[in-house]
Amino acid sequence: MAAELISGNEACARGAIAAGLTFFAGYPISPSSEIAEALARLLPANQGVFIQMEDEMSSLGAVLGASLGGAKAMTATSGPGFTLMQEHLGYAGLAEIPCVVVDVMRVGPSTGVPTAPSQGDVMQARWGSHGDRATVALVPASVPEIYQMTITAFNIAERLRTPVVLLYDEVLAHMRERVELQPPAESALWERPRASAEPGPRFQPYAANRELTAQLPNFGEGYHFHVTGLMHDERGYPTTDPETVRRLMARLDGKVEPVPGWVPPERYRLDDADWVFVAYGITARVAREAVDRLRESGVAAGLYRPRVLWPVAPGQLSEQLGRARTVVVAEMNQGQWADVVARYRPATVRVLSQGKLGGEPFTTEELLGLAQELTAKGATVL
Amino acid sequence: MANIKDLAQRAQAQPRFGPGHSLCRGCGIPIVVRTVLSSIPGRVVVINATGCLEVATTRYPFTAWQVPWIHVAFENAAAVASGVEAAYHVLAARGNLAEPVTLVVFAGDGGTYDIGLQALSGALERGHRFIYVCYDNEAYMNTGIQRSSATPFGAATTTSPGGRQTIGKPEPRKNIVEIVAAHRIPYVAQAALSHWQDLSDKVQRAYHADGPAFLNVLSSCPPGWGHEPSDSVSVVRMAVDSGYWPLVEVIEGHWRLTYQPEERIPVVKWLRRQGRFQHLFRNGQEEAIEKIHASIDEEWHKMVKRDADDAFWFRTEEAQRWNQVPILPTAWEPRLGTPVWESFRESPHQG
Repeated sequence: MAAELISGNEACARGAIAAGLTFFAGYPISPSSEIAEALARLLPANQGVFIQMEDEMSSLGAVLGASLGGAKAMTATSGPGFTLMQEHLGYAGLAEIPCVVVDVMRVGPSTGVPTAPSQGDVMQARWGSHGDRATVALVPASVPEIYQMTITAFNIAERLRTPVVLLYDEVLAHMRERVELQPPAESALWERPRASAEPGPRFQPYAANRELTAQLPNFGEGYHFHVTGLMHDERGYPTTDPETVRRLMARLDGKVEPVPGWVPPERYRLDDADWVFVAYGITARVAREAVDRLRESGVAAGLYRPRVLWPVAPGQLSEQLGRARTVVVAEMNQGQWADVVARYRPATVRVLSQGKLGGEPFTTEELLGLAQELTAKGATVL
Repeated sequence: MANIKDLAQRAQAQPRFGPGHSLCRGCGIPIVVRTVLSSIPGRVVVINATGCLEVATTRYPFTAWQVPWIHVAFENAAAVASGVEAAYHVLAARGNLAEPVTLVVFAGDGGTYDIGLQALSGALERGHRFIYVCYDNEAYMNTGIQRSSATPFGAATTTSPGGRQTIGKPEPRKNIVEIVAAHRIPYVAQAALSHWQDLSDKVQRAYHADGPAFLNVLSSCPPGWGHEPSDSVSVVRMAVDSGYWPLVEVIEGHWRLTYQPEERIPVVKWLRRQGRFQHLFRNGQEEAIEKIHASIDEEWHKMVKRDADDAFWFRTEEAQRWNQVPILPTAWEPRLGTPVWESFRESPHQG
C-alpha cells in the first residue's frame, strides 16, 4: 500500500467505499462537507449513487429508504444537522434499518462556532431522539482509525441492523495524517442477516435471529411486509400490547450489548496506573502525551480510551479502572461522558470531570497543570 | 421614481447596511441588500437565513447591520418572519404600535429553494406580510460551492463535478418564481443585481403589497461561478441579456416582462465567461450546450407569451394602481393587492 497524506473526512469517505458503501444522501454542513464532496466523486466511479438532498431530514430519510432497498447507506453531517436527523435515527433503531450516520462535531448549541471543534454531541448521540432506545456510537481518535472505524461502523450496522453513529471532532476531520490504507478482505465485511423463511402469509420479518436481530428481506425480494415506526410484533404489524412492547425494547437493547467487546478500548500504560485519564477522540491524543510526561516525572499515569461511547459496558469500564485511584475524564464538553464513568466506577475510584468549552482542543500543558494542581491538593489519595 | 441619487441619499441619511462585513471581493449580495434596503421607507426589521450574508455580516466583534436583525437557523427564516409579523399584529391590535414596520427576509437559494421551502410555503399560504428576498447565486457558496436546486443544468459544483465524463449538474434548475406565484400571493418578481433600477422599483411595489411579496434576485459569486470579481455586474447582465434570467413580475397573478433586451445575446457568451461551465467546451459536450440553448429559448418564448397574454390586465385601472407606486414613499401608505389579512383582522381575538 502506498503512503498517503489525507484528512479525516477523506479517510471516512474512503473507508465507506472500502466497506461497500453504495448509497450516500447528504446535505453540506461545516465541518463535514468534505465527506460528501469526496463521495460525490468516488461513488459514481464505484457503481454507487450519490444524492445531495434538500436538507438533513430528507438526507437520512433517503438513506433509510435506500437501506431497505438493499444498499449499504450512509449520511454525514454536523451538530445542527444531526439534530434534524434525530427523528429518523429513532425510527431506524426501532424499525431495524442498517445505516451509518457520521457526525463531525462542532461547537454548539445552535449555529455555535461552525468551524471549531467540540465533543458536545455525545449525549445527543445517546438520547437525541425521543424515547428510550438502544444506541451505537463509535469514536475514532486518528485519521487511520477513522478509516478503520467507518468500516467497523458498517459492519455493526449491517450485522445488527441498527443505525451506527460515528462521532469525531472538527480537528480530526480536517487534520491530515500519513496513512497506508489497507482495504479489508471480503470476509472481513459483515453482511446483514437474510430472511431464512420463505415468503408467504406466515413470514415474520421481525422474528429475531440468535443475535437478537430482525431478519428483514430487502424490498423487492418477493416478500410482503410492513416497516413502521409504531411498536410492532414479529410480523411487523402495529401493537399496543405492553408485553410485546417490553419484549421488543429488551431485544433491541440486548442486541447491541456485544458491541463494546467487538471494539475494545485502548489501554495505554494502564496496568500499574493509579492516575488515569479517560479521554476519546482528539482529546485522547493530548492525554496520551500528558501520560508520557507524567510518567517521566514519576507519576504512574495511564490512559483509558473508549472506542465505543454507546452502549456502555459497565463491567468493562469498572474492571479497567479498578486499579486506579484518580480518574480524570477530559472532554470538550461539560462532562457528558464523565457522568457515565462516575456512574460505573468502582467504589474506590475518585472521578473528576474536566470539561473544556470554547472551541479549542485541550493542550498537554493544561492536563499536566491539572494533574499538578490535584496532586498538590492530595487528590490522588482518597 | 427613485433614481440612484435618491437611493444613495437615502442610504446615507438612514444607513441600514454598512461596512464591516467580510463578503468576498465582487460578491453580488451586498449590492442586492443595499438596493433593497434603501428602497424601503420607514422602519425595517431584517430576518436572515443561514448563508454567506449571515455569516459574513456578523463576524465577531462586528456587525454590518444598522437595523434590528435576527438569524435563527437555516430552514426557518420565513417561519421566524411569520412570528415577528404576527407579533406586530398583536401590538397593532392593542394599540401599542406607533409606526408600522416592514419585515424583510434575506435568504440565499439554499435557504429558499431547498431547506427553507417548507417554511416559505407555509408563510406564503398563511399570508404574512413581509418582503422575502432570495439572493440567488445558484449554489451553496457558504459551505464551499455545493449544488443547490437553483444550480443550472451543466454547472460544475463540488457535488456535481464537471469533467470529461460528467456534464456538471445533470438536472435543470427549479423555477422558484412559478412555485411562489402558485401560492397566489399579491406580488412576485424576478430581478438581477445588474438592473438596479428595475430591482428598486420591484422592491417598492413589494413594499405596497398587502400580504407576502417575494423577489428572486440573481446575485453572483466570483469563486463559485469562476469569474473575475470585477466582472460580477457584467456577468449577471449577460445572464439577463441572453434570456437566461428574464426580469419578470407577477402582480396579483398576472405576468409581465419588465425588461426586454433589443436583441438577446447568445447564451454561449455567458457560459464562456464562467469557470463553472468550462468543461462544456471540451470535445463531446456540444449536446449539453445545445440543450442549454434550447431550454433557454423555450423558457423565454413561454415568458413572452405570458407577457402578451396578460398585457390586457396591465392596462386596467386595477393594474394602474401598481404603476403609480414607484415613487419612494415617505410614510406608511395604503397597501395594494388582495387583502389576504382581512380574515386575520376580523379574528375573534379583536372582538
